This record gives sequence, structure tokens and C-alpha cells, in this order.
Amino acid sequence: MSGIYLDHAATTPMLENAIAAMDAQLRTLGNPSSLHTQGRHTRKDVEDAREILAKELDCLASEIIFTASGTEANNTAIKGIYWQQKSLGKNVVVISSIEHHATLDPAAWLAEHEGAEVIHAPVTRDGVIDLEFLRKLVASRGSEIALISIMHANNETGAIQPIAEVVKIAGDIPVHTDAAQSFKKIPLSFKSLGVMALSISAHKIGGPLGIGVLVLRRGVEIPALLHGGGQEREIRSGTLNAPAIVALATAAQDKSYDADAIAKIRDDFAKRVTQVVPGSFVNAINANRLPGIVNVTFPGTQSDTLLLLMDGEKVSCSTGSACSAGVHRPSHVLMAMGHDEISAMSSLRFSFGRTSTQADCDGALDVLPSVITRGRAASGV
Amino acid sequence: MKLIAAMSGGVDSAVAAARAVEAGHDVIGVHLALSSNPQKYRSGARGCCTIEDSHDARRAADVIGIPFYIWDMAEEFHKGVVENFLSEYQSGRTPNPCLRCNEKIKFEAVLDRAKALGFDGVVTGHYAITKDSPTGKTLHRAADIDKDQSYVLAVLRTDQIEGAIFPLGDTVKTDTRKEAKERGLFVANKPDSHDICFVPSGDNAGWLRERLGSETGDIVDQAGKKLGEHKGAYTYTIGQRRGLALTVPDPTGEPRYVLKIEPKSNTVVVGSHDALAVSTISATPPTWCGPIPEINKTLRGFAQVRAHGAPLACDYKFDGTNLIANLDEPVFGLATGQALVIYDNDRVVGSGTICETI
Repeated sequence: MSGIYLDHAATTPMLENAIAAMDAQLRTLGNPSSLHTQGRHTRKDVEDAREILAKELDCLASEIIFTASGTEANNTAIKGIYWQQKSLGKNVVVISSIEHHATLDPAAWLAEHEGAEVIHAPVTRDGVIDLEFLRKLVASRGSEIALISIMHANNETGAIQPIAEVVKIAGDIPVHTDAAQSFKKIPLSFKSLGVMALSISAHKIGGPLGIGVLVLRRGVEIPALLHGGGQEREIRSGTLNAPAIVALATAAQDKSYDADAIAKIRDDFAKRVTQVVPGSFVNAINANRLPGIVNVTFPGTQSDTLLLLMDGEKVSCSTGSACSAGVHRPSHVLMAMGHDEISAMSSLRFSFGRTSTQADCDGALDVLPSVITRGRAASGV
Repeated sequence: MKLIAAMSGGVDSAVAAARAVEAGHDVIGVHLALSSNPQKYRSGARGCCTIEDSHDARRAADVIGIPFYIWDMAEEFHKGVVENFLSEYQSGRTPNPCLRCNEKIKFEAVLDRAKALGFDGVVTGHYAITKDSPTGKTLHRAADIDKDQSYVLAVLRTDQIEGAIFPLGDTVKTDTRKEAKERGLFVANKPDSHDICFVPSGDNAGWLRERLGSETGDIVDQAGKKLGEHKGAYTYTIGQRRGLALTVPDPTGEPRYVLKIEPKSNTVVVGSHDALAVSTISATPPTWCGPIPEINKTLRGFAQVRAHGAPLACDYKFDGTNLIANLDEPVFGLATGQALVIYDNDRVVGSGTICETI
């Protein structure tokens, strides 16, 4: 499939060495929980992978809990920590207003079914959490807060969140962070961030789909979502997905992601897009951002139409959010940053990755002006 | 041509899209999201607004091998179809929302957007035929007369028909299903939708009651004598016999039927079957699928007054404002608000919304 792929934040090509590692493991017989030779062999591969990941995440190997996705890691952490804290009489869940649905929705579920009060912390115009709000909230209601969950970097704008500051403000309050977008893109250390829990997802870094990790501080025991064999600290059950785990560890060790080079392409794109499409502007421009993400508003357009037109020009990008039936919705992230509905629905995310080239950037910019012209015409009817 | 295929998630639109591709057109599949909150219809799984349907449409597009997108037409649908549906009932008329959807959504909002995006037309799975003529495209009945949908398309203007592609016009429904199966489209056996898509429960009266209230009023005879009470005049249909719960029996013992709904006085008028007979029908505003007839010139043709009604031989004329049909034989129980469609054999001449019956 040819074309220009600018949606690396959705998923990025799998690394060849990760594919090779997965392929080899798929050919290896053995359930890692079995006690015989084959089982022990697979168990060793899984535990090697766990140690590699612990090194990459700067955590203890025993702090790694394998899940089937980043979403599952978030659900396990948010619901589990909430239930544990609720038994201590705390029911306030603090999240940011720019979280991914994998955080927003478990929090909303807790409010609907488990008596949680969810507080959405506001962000600045540049999409960075309002620390002053958080400080005041913790000062006034700290004893009621069960957990704070704030993403490490935003998936739509790339804005990096000051998690270490959040942890400082939180004090004894458990903090979870969704690091699905930032892992391997910017430095990430579980230990230095000081959070209780952190989620990542393999397919965002060139690993396979269907595998995620919850890093949960040693000694913390939370109720499980999935009950069964108790494979992962009794917090997560299910036969360990050895091929995916091994491939994830391989991807995590890969050094080919050149953040500087990707940021250079991204910056060039961001600069020139506002030149070739007058009136357009980059969101979260003043924030410290991930190297690969740029979010642009094109006033007078509808981004689902733009996506159709870009797709027709063989350029793949993203509109932000859609409901389960696929209906385009205004981005809650951009709305939280002060956009109105119309403006939030006229924005596109372009995300660059390991395989992105300057030619991709140039090619996208070549077709954008005509796409925007047609998109504006269509939104007028 | 570059075409947009409107894909509902049903078998007809899937096969229509596949045929358009096979005919060499450059086709993109589009599913119209018509409810602003599709989730709430999840359990309904009928009509055109469910998650299941958007999934089925996507799957069909993938099997056919065309790009697929969802277009949010909820606002346009609400304004052009749902609000019109409610206001027509409030005025004592019985609207046909499928017709309005064709007029306002599929061949207006969608067609206009398609054209603005550089497409030449919209493909749908409707059973109707278009033909080229010196004065532009004309609209005709489908080969499968049981499935013929020219009635609900008759409201289209010539410029709308120009942008409409109906690949199934020459096909009988059973063959469409067979073809879907051969093409590996799993929607082949999906049941036809019958109900009004935005009334997922199928309970039209209940849906109207929820939105328009259920103010009680009198049921009267043609002389104005009270015979009983009703709970919301708009839940009655002209020609309805059952469920009237009249407290005063008819002196002759004849059954009585709803003759008229008068929203202003909130009364329902009932009477004998004979009183339901209608010979002259006026409809407005007329839409012409071709040349406009000479004013006040009486012409011969066929009138159709219901979605699957029989063609009724008639004289018709355009008096400059209304389209008027004089039927050879009277028709019984005709509601205002439905469409009067005039045919010249199988060709649609024009249509209008029935405003008066005599």
C-alpha cells in the first residue's frame, strides 16, 4: 500500500527485529505457566523480556504487569486503585480534561457505577494541565482523592504534561499516568516520575498489537479486573502472550527512533503548513511537545471531509475522535483548550514516526492547499 | 464518473455500490449517520441509524474494495425529516418521511456535498430507473413492480435526478440477494427495513405521543355530535376503523371510520365507509420530473397515492398552483400529507403533497 502515512500516533510500522522475535516465539511450544521443559523455556523468554522492559522503563521487573492493551492497563490501574482507595473512604477521581478515552471512560464508569466523583482538571490554551488548579484541589479536598490520572503526553496535540510536578503536588495520593504516546519518544523513567502506576502500549513503538504493560509500584495490591490463573501478581489473569511480549521487549530496545530528526521534519511541516494554508494554525504551539505530533486547525472546514480528501490524495492523517458508530465528533481535547465545537471539528492531526521522511512532509504539503480549498467549498453547502 | 455510494448497511445499497464499481466508476462508500446519538438505537437494530448498520456498511465497502466514510447528517435529518414529520402530524396530515429523506438528505445534502467535493453523483440501492431524454433524465418505475420505489423518489427535481444513479432498477429483489451472496456480501440475508428508521420501537403512535403530548379531545360525527374521546388526534389515521372506542353506537349499526383529523379544534371526525370515498385530489407544491404541463390542460395518466398503492387511472391537470387528479374510480381512506404521484405509463410526471381531497 503506497502513499504517505502521517498517522504514526495511531499505530506505527512494526520493527523488523520485533517481527523476527515474534515469529521465532510463535514457533516455540510452551505455556509459560507450565512446569515442564517447554513451559520453563517460554517462561525464561517472558522473564528475559520483562527484565529488558524494566530496564527501558526504569522500574523493577516485578513491577511489570502484562496486559492485552494500553486500554486494559489503564482500566486495571484506574479501577483497581479506585477500589482499593474507596475501601479507605476516598471516592474522588481526578483526571485531566484531555485524557484519552481509555482513561475518560473508566473514570466515567466509576462515576456511574461505583459512586466516584470525577473531577476533570482544566488545561491551558496550550493543552497543558493547570497545576495551580490541581494544587488548590489537593489542598482543599486531598483527603477525599482516591487517585489522580493524567497522561504523560497528549495523543492529539503531543503536549507533554508535567507529571513529576503532579506527583509532587499529589503527595501521598496515588498517581497513574498513561504513557502510551511518550514511551520511547521522550525520556521516560518510572522511578524518577514517582507515579504509582504507568501504562504503555506496544504497537505505538513498533511492537505488535494486542500487548500492553501496566507498571505498578512494588507492594501495591489492587483488585483485579480479570480473574483466573492469577498469572500477573494476581492482578491480571490470562495465559501470557509470550510472542507479543518478546516482540515488545525487542521493540523497546530498538534505538532507531531518531527524535531529533523526526522533530525537525515535524517542525518544518508546522512552519510551512501555515504558509501554504493561510489562516491555519498549529495547536499547543507553545507547549513542550512530543517530536512526532502536530495538530493543525483549518478554519472553515470539516475535518472528516478533509480526511476523505487527503485519503483520496493518498495521504493518511487523523481527525481526532469519532463515536462508536464512526460519527465524527468535536475533539474534547481541543475543546478543553478553548476551541468551540466548529473549530474543534476543523482540525487534523499529522503524526510522524520512525519511517517518516522529508519527502512525506513535502508530499502532504503539496496536496494540502487544494484539499483545503475543496474542503471549504464542501463545508459551505 | 466519480460517485458517492450511499450505503445504509443493507443489501440493496451494497449491491448497488458493487455494480457501480463494476461499471467502471470511481466509487467511495458513505454511510449517513442520521441520529445524533446512534448508541441509543443499539438495541433497535432496525432502520438506518444503528451501530450495527454502520458496521455492516463498512464491511460491505471493504469487501467491495472501496474507501468508506461516515457522514454525519444528523442535523440535516432532524431539520428536514424529523421536524417535518412532527409538524405535519401536528397539522393533521400523515407525512411520508422516506420521501422527505430522499428529497432533503440523499439527493440534496449528500448530493450537494458530493458535488462540492468533486463527485458527479450519488449511487443508491433504490428500485427505480432513470432514462436519458432530450429534456434531461427522466424517472421510471422499477422492473420489480413489488419493490418499485419511484413513488418515494418522485419528489426529486430534474437536477436531482441528473445526479442519481440507481443500479438496481432492472433487477428483482430476489436476484439482488442472490447477487449479494455471490459477491460475498454477508448482508445478503439481512431482513428488509420496514419501520420508520427514527422510530426504532416501531410504535409510531407512542413516539408521537411522547413528543406531541396526548391532549384528549372529542371524536365527533359529520354533524359535529360527540361520539367519544381520543387521546391525541394525531395518533389516528384517515380510514382507521379499529380502536376508536366510541361510546355512542351508530343508529344503522354500520362501522365507522376516521374521516378527518382537525388539529385546531383537536377533534377526530368519523363516519361511514362511503364518506371516505375520494375522487378529486389536490397536491402542492408540484415537483416535475420533466417538462411542466401546460396550465389547465387536462391530461390522462395514473395517480399513485401510497408507497405501495396501485396506479389509479385519472385525468390530471396543473392549475398553476396545484396538481389536481380526478380519479376514474374513487379511492377510500386517503390521508392528506401523503404524496400524489402522477405517472405516464411507467414514467413519473410529477408529484405533490396532498393538501385536499373531495
